[in-house]
Amino acid sequence: MRDNQVMTWEVEPQTRRDARHLPTITLGFIPLTDCAVLAVARERGFAVREGIDLRLSREVSWANIRDKVALGHLHGAQMLAGMPIATTLGINQIPMPMQVPFCLNRNGNAITVSNTLHDAMAQGDGFPAWDDVAAAGRALHRVIAQRQAEGRAPLTFGMVYPFSCHNYELRYWMAASGIDPDNDVRLVVVPPPLMVDSLRDGHIDGFCVGEPWSSVAVEANLGRIIVSKAKLWRHGMEKVVGVPKVWASQNGAVLAALIRALDRAAAWADDPVNCHELATLLAAPEYLGMPEGVVARALCGEILTGSGLEHRAVDDFLVLHRNGANLPSVEHALWIYSQMVRWRQAVRRPGDEAVIRSIFRPDVYRAALAGAAWGPHTMADGPGIEASDELDLFDHRPFDPTNIDAYLA
Amino acid sequence: MLQHLLSRCLLPSAAGMGDPTLTILIIEENPVRAAILEDGMREAGYGRIIHVSDMVTVPDKICAIDPDVIVISLENASRDTLEQMFQVSRTVRRPIAMFVDTSDTATIQAAVDAGVSTYVVDGLKKERVRPIIDVTISRFHAFRRLQEELAEAKEALAARKVIERAKGILMKQKNINEDEAYNLLRRAAMSQKRKLFDIAQSVLTTAQLFDEA
Repeated sequence: MRDNQVMTWEVEPQTRRDARHLPTITLGFIPLTDCAVLAVARERGFAVREGIDLRLSREVSWANIRDKVALGHLHGAQMLAGMPIATTLGINQIPMPMQVPFCLNRNGNAITVSNTLHDAMAQGDGFPAWDDVAAAGRALHRVIAQRQAEGRAPLTFGMVYPFSCHNYELRYWMAASGIDPDNDVRLVVVPPPLMVDSLRDGHIDGFCVGEPWSSVAVEANLGRIIVSKAKLWRHGMEKVVGVPKVWASQNGAVLAALIRALDRAAAWADDPVNCHELATLLAAPEYLGMPEGVVARALCGEILTGSGLEHRAVDDFLVLHRNGANLPSVEHALWIYSQMVRWRQAVRRPGDEAVIRSIFRPDVYRAALAGAAWGPHTMADGPGIEASDELDLFDHRPFDPTNIDAYLA
Repeated sequence: MLQHLLSRCLLPSAAGMGDPTLTILIIEENPVRAAILEDGMREAGYGRIIHVSDMVTVPDKICAIDPDVIVISLENASRDTLEQMFQVSRTVRRPIAMFVDTSDTATIQAAVDAGVSTYVVDGLKKERVRPIIDVTISRFHAFRRLQEELAEAKEALAARKVIERAKGILMKQKNINEDEAYNLLRRAAMSQKRKLFDIAQSVLTTAQLFDEA
């Protein structure tokens, strides 16, 4: 990898050790708020404290991340939860077995619509209160029906990658609201940094994306945030750390150290006391290169849903550690797989569930923490830990991971 | 100067060896790199080369063009958009990213080092694709060299400006002519074992401090 993409690192004086002799791990990331745990692990010295020299390489696309990990230019990367599944199953690519030993965050996405679309949705009865996912879906359905009656072009929504949770969240929300995401609207992939420009230029009418991009759209007075992932898919798995399975099996000790470093970093990053300091860190040019005030909104759970409106305290808008957030969720992964089949990205094969269980490895995460020098892990502290795997979408339709076929029938 | 540099970049290639029946789509926002690529392809004997610079219109164009090979810079953020088009399209034959085909690792590594990614229609034989990738890699390197030379030229120009300004300050302050000012700078550089540019820069900084005082 190129040296200019590897950032200089700085750690707290008391943890400063000679990193030159430590094993190096290079992970790719996309400049989004939910790369927070990776940045903290490096910049606050958690990685060095666990005996690894963590380097981060900023990438411009998820395709780049997939390719560079596949070729060994990166040891692993921040990935959309669907990516390791697509890579392992070989959907539109040569298969390569992946492993997910750590979840970087739950929630963190939002659906934002243009001011024009927002006004159209607000014209009917019972306009959705903020974050009323079902009511927002009904309002969108009504606008779409009206546009179809008038013979107008379908609305276009942006998301970030075919195998992104954003894609599945938009589709699930629409389908549950009576909208056919393949025929009633157009879904297009737009790189996050271009999302706001696309909204301004009228190429898209709304989008589902990670922060800070919804807040940037609000800041430019181009749109309204109407739904958070926290409500659409409670505690939903979002970004994960994905590494090649071969690398994981050959570097068990280093991987365990990485998991411990990330877990400590996540605990620090999730502490509300640190949210402004974290915003300053992420706002820096080598990470997001965005105004600190905009970056802080998701981190501090204070979301501005529209220009000139009041900040709203949104519970769990972005979860970096609490309630077992870092535990890779097999059940959530199986649901993502079910959506790949539902939307015809993947062909249903009976053995796939076992493959997915081999990718998402809560046992690897737990084993790494069992060896932690700092004693029992906070994971056991939270009452929500056991519940974190339970899938809870806004319409509360039950998902049985052992019977995907019935779920999709 | 650009023309001059361009002509130096063009590498000797075996003209007329390429497969004229293949359609190659170049997605590239930088017009110079696009031109270098396109020239390379034509020289190598490829007949159907289409260049698109605007990502917004790419989906429609891909359907119309139905390319066998797509060439795009590795660091183009729109690769994710491109990959979605292959997913949803029922009308276009599906190109897949070359990188994940690990059977020809050396070529793929060379492509990544050069900063280019290639998408090839599924099922297209490797022997037909290989020469295209080779041309692409060499042209991406050529473009990078061109960029480096341009950066060096710009730097040299900037350094000359600093030296000119330092000379001007010395001429005014010490009431000497241009040659004397230049010699003064040069002697200082030699005695301090520093670059002429660094001495000139110090003169500017010092003058600025005195101005502010």
